[in-house]
Amino acid sequence: MSSNHNPIIEMKGIEKHFGSVIALAGVSLKVYPGECHCLLGDNGAGKSTFIKTMSGVHKPTKGEIHFEGKPLNFERPRDAIAAGISTVYQDLAMIPLMSVSRNFFMGNEPLRKFGLIKLFDHEHANRVTLEEMRKMGINLRGPDQAVGTLSGGERQTVAIARAVHFGAKVLILDEPTSALGVRQTANVLATIDKVRKQGIAVVFITHNVRHAMAVGDQFTVLNRGKTLGTAKRGDITPEELQDMMAGGQELVALEGSLGGTV
Amino acid sequence: MSEAPSPALNGDERIKTRSRFREALIRPELGGIVGTAVVFTLFLLFASDSGMFNSQGIMNWSQVSAQFMIIAVGACLLMIAGEFDLSVGSMIGFAGMMIAIFSVTLGWPVWLAIIVTFALALAIGALNGFIVVRTGLPSFIVTLAFLFILRGFTIYFPQTIERKTIIGGVKDAAEGDWLAPLFGGKIFTGLFQWMGDAGIIAVFERGTRQGQPVVDGVPMLIIWALVLVVLGHILLTKTRFGNWIFAAGGDAQSARYTGVPVNRVKILMFMTTAFCATVFATCQVMEFGSAGADRGLLKEFEAIIAVVIGGALLTGGYGSVIGAALGALIFGVVQQGLFFAGVESSLFRVFLGVILLFAVILNTYIRRMITGER
Repeated sequence: MSSNHNPIIEMKGIEKHFGSVIALAGVSLKVYPGECHCLLGDNGAGKSTFIKTMSGVHKPTKGEIHFEGKPLNFERPRDAIAAGISTVYQDLAMIPLMSVSRNFFMGNEPLRKFGLIKLFDHEHANRVTLEEMRKMGINLRGPDQAVGTLSGGERQTVAIARAVHFGAKVLILDEPTSALGVRQTANVLATIDKVRKQGIAVVFITHNVRHAMAVGDQFTVLNRGKTLGTAKRGDITPEELQDMMAGGQELVALEGSLGGTV
Repeated sequence: MSEAPSPALNGDERIKTRSRFREALIRPELGGIVGTAVVFTLFLLFASDSGMFNSQGIMNWSQVSAQFMIIAVGACLLMIAGEFDLSVGSMIGFAGMMIAIFSVTLGWPVWLAIIVTFALALAIGALNGFIVVRTGLPSFIVTLAFLFILRGFTIYFPQTIERKTIIGGVKDAAEGDWLAPLFGGKIFTGLFQWMGDAGIIAVFERGTRQGQPVVDGVPMLIIWALVLVVLGHILLTKTRFGNWIFAAGGDAQSARYTGVPVNRVKILMFMTTAFCATVFATCQVMEFGSAGADRGLLKEFEAIIAVVIGGALLTGGYGSVIGAALGALIFGVVQQGLFFAGVESSLFRVFLGVILLFAVILNTYIRRMITGER
């Protein structure tokens, strides 16, 4: 394992333009293994564009991505997954009508030779799924239980466990807690903590400062496509983070110019 | 009641243990199994003396059911992958007409006519799929267009070439062909002769075929139906590709994010429905010895109804090939059974509408149960 002082992924001066719109105007970020890096920002700050660049959905207009010290260029999301960068999207993690085990192995189906043809090894899939779910603290009725019967938090956990099982080195979580209740959020945050302790780098996107403070080791705030710097845990207070996200003085100036009409 | 859950294993005390009944209820085949049982019970009670269950009767409804099954397998896999194909009926007419034109009008050997027709049908299926995945339009609209395009050509070609809408003479052309018996032949003829000799099944009393059994073998149509059902079932439930079919129909975007080649899956499923329609058409042309421009009319809806009775969701992502096959069986048995029972045949349509409605309502309820929505 690389030492904690070498970042597993480093984004240098990432710019992304969509036509005349500058979505990202030079964002830099270092993510270390075994750490949870929180990416904060209000809606429209460029969080989604940034992680999509990291996960190979978008190609940056300018800037470099270094993964394990080597420059990388992802053509497709599949390249990022193959390199070990997994993304868990908020609503798009699981297919509700399919069983947990079918979901868990979706796109990575285990095969078993049966004569000349290869069949889906359901036995293996079911066993691994139950085992991995138990590790994450979810007890399934059975591996054939439909994902639709799980709560939102449990679905996120299944998606995270899936990414970890298939060798993710960097786990990007896109607002995993924003649609969840208090108890479910706690479950997901606990899962993040477990994953981090396994030496995996976690990039946790959120606009909830409290959720970020609960598990984060580093905090980067994005605002209008720019980063307002990265802070270590203990160097920053929740109030300061909240201020940075809201745009600080900009918001004050805006309030003034609107003359109290809002 | 079931035993108390052990605290070590039960993380959430609010998860109720489900009864066996509910467990069985969420199997997609359930509706098909119950329906089949009900239909057979009713006809055994009310139509057993009508000849429906002697050798000719059984062969009669088996053949009709097998026809439905062949197209239902394709429609089922495609529906689970999240799409429809409304061009199935037109494809049946088109493929049959192409075989007749190639073999009779152009005088090609029948095996070549069949192979070229299959290639053509698969290409059209792929085109259907390609347009759907590329444009993102509902497959309902794209295949509706092909319903008209293919039907139009099916009437236009024979009209302009032969000045008629039915082309006959395929039987003579197929004489001695090596591929034609695979669709139009019969197997187990020895077994049926033996059963006839042994007095188990009826034989002709007089005439040139005296002593031969009335039902002299199992038509290849039925073999095709059974083979397609078994292959479809294995593909869907036991292979990696089957998992991709469920995923593509369950949520295409989620499936893409995990690396499932959704577009490829969908295009291949459109090709499968085209393949099944062509199997249907080839068997029909070989049996009748002719191709008609009106063949296969409304078959797309009958296929979809069989699939829905079989427990598949119209919205995709859920269903069963076995269920669809049972749906097709119910279909065939009721259609022919009403005839045997002497019931006015137009009532079949009433039955169809009613059972479709019930099936959809039941499926919706089951879906809610699986996904936990209210």
